Amino acid sequence: MTNSFRSLQQLAAAIPDGARIAVAQDSCGVSMALTRALIRRKARGLHLVCVPISGMQADLLIGAGCVDTIETSAVSLGEYGSAPRFLAALRSGRLRLLEATCPAIHAALQAGEKDLPFIPLRGLIGSDIVRVRPDWKVIENPFADAARMAQGGDPIVLLPAIRPDVAIFHAPFADREGNVFIGRKRELLTMAHAAFRSLVTVERIIEGSVFDNPATAAGSVPAIYVDGIAVLAQGAAPVGLPEHYVPDGDQIKRYASAALSDEGFAGFVRDWLQVNAAADDNTVAEGRGASEALTSGGHTASAHTIAAPNKGVAT
Amino acid sequence: MKPATTAEILITVIARLLRGSRHVVAGAQSPVPGAAALLAKSLGWGVERVTVLGSSRYNAYTDGGVETFDMAAQGRIDAFFLGGGQIDGEANINLVGVGGYPDSKVRWPGSFGSPYQYALVPKVILFREEHTPRVMVPRVDFISAPGTSPSHVHRPGGPSALVSGLCLFSFDRQRKRFRLESVHPGHDAEEVRQQTGFDYDAPAQVPQTEAPDATLLAQIRGPIREQIAETYPRFADSLAG
Repeated sequence: MTNSFRSLQQLAAAIPDGARIAVAQDSCGVSMALTRALIRRKARGLHLVCVPISGMQADLLIGAGCVDTIETSAVSLGEYGSAPRFLAALRSGRLRLLEATCPAIHAALQAGEKDLPFIPLRGLIGSDIVRVRPDWKVIENPFADAARMAQGGDPIVLLPAIRPDVAIFHAPFADREGNVFIGRKRELLTMAHAAFRSLVTVERIIEGSVFDNPATAAGSVPAIYVDGIAVLAQGAAPVGLPEHYVPDGDQIKRYASAALSDEGFAGFVRDWLQVNAAADDNTVAEGRGASEALTSGGHTASAHTIAAPNKGVAT
Repeated sequence: MKPATTAEILITVIARLLRGSRHVVAGAQSPVPGAAALLAKSLGWGVERVTVLGSSRYNAYTDGGVETFDMAAQGRIDAFFLGGGQIDGEANINLVGVGGYPDSKVRWPGSFGSPYQYALVPKVILFREEHTPRVMVPRVDFISAPGTSPSHVHRPGGPSALVSGLCLFSFDRQRKRFRLESVHPGHDAEEVRQQTGFDYDAPAQVPQTEAPDATLLAQIRGPIREQIAETYPRFADSLAG
């Protein structure tokens, strides 16, 4: 596997305007670092696929004008209330919403993993979601037996597969080969399988390989699916990284209230980008340093240093 | 000992409904159902396993978010909880918004997994603390998940009860109607009638919901409070000590 380590800016530059991007839910590892980088680079026309819901990440990207379409089962700030910019964008008609339900998004990604055109899913029939999603179809189960057909048939919903252009998420660590440890947040693996490319931020780099230990190997996204990694500690803050650091409730509360107005939102984002600017920019500097350490053959890199950006194109 | 709070009464009511449900799953943002499931398990009421989504301790899933849905489809989940911004008399629930679609007057977060879990989990308990005419409506504006389905639709699951801050209703899937079972202490049947926008059946004499006794309260305020604190620290703090 070629070296997939990049700066945060390179990851953001590798996500073209209009891309369909899969994002993780708060309990799985949300790349807030890459969210900042997308806002900084003024990404436009993104199509967010929330797996299967989103919170502050989607709200920030919507508020910053990065998103045209969102496919989701819900957007909310959880116990901190509703998602103000999501609601404002819906009110103004600026945002196209593809109404969904959690198991449908999971299943459509699973179809994407196999590159199937569609997948059937139980339940859902009678929900108005099926009515407002003309791309979801109801057919008769072609395998239903005669008795079943005599009783009125067996309707079942078909969902088109989802193959996102890019999956983005934040994970606890990666090894130098670019294998990313996700623990039991298996939906991240499904996202990475289904997406054409995955761009990931991690807390740190470990020495050795995640494949040295079956426990970490079983909870990893292999490098073959990973196209770019940037290293940034606290990269999921303020949303939090379960089992590593908790949500920053004060910061989320501040956001929930500021984002109620256009001006409040703009102010919050300005401050948030500024406060994190040095750390976000530093992913490049650390990369250079690590590059020298690596070329001299040393294993002196600390947990927070990373390998150099690949000379090749950040596709 | 301090008298039972509303939250403690609701935890008790829901825990009683869970008798014999071997695997109970409480979804995200469901502290009261989560506590109720843990209470029923701790008392040996036939609840063998509790999964609290959002918890690390009460969550033995290893296949990601999809696993709860796969389990539901296979019948490995016996009881689940749903709510709604609107709930109507046929147990249709709306988590999307008020008014037309997509131009809702009020927009809520979205439907989460409701149209799936409602269809597949045998015992779905509807829980919504606010019991007012704006929540308990004659007809929901958007059906996130239908209360009932035509007989030929594969539907092993559905609503069995509705628990609110005022009362407990049971639901008859054949008749598509709620029945008032009991009214919580401090409220009466007349208040329930006034605050409910849909019609329902009720006995001539409506019983009062049995409040938790000292043993149950001690259990809630001790071990259950400690257990739920991992996922819902703020809620745990609010349980009377």
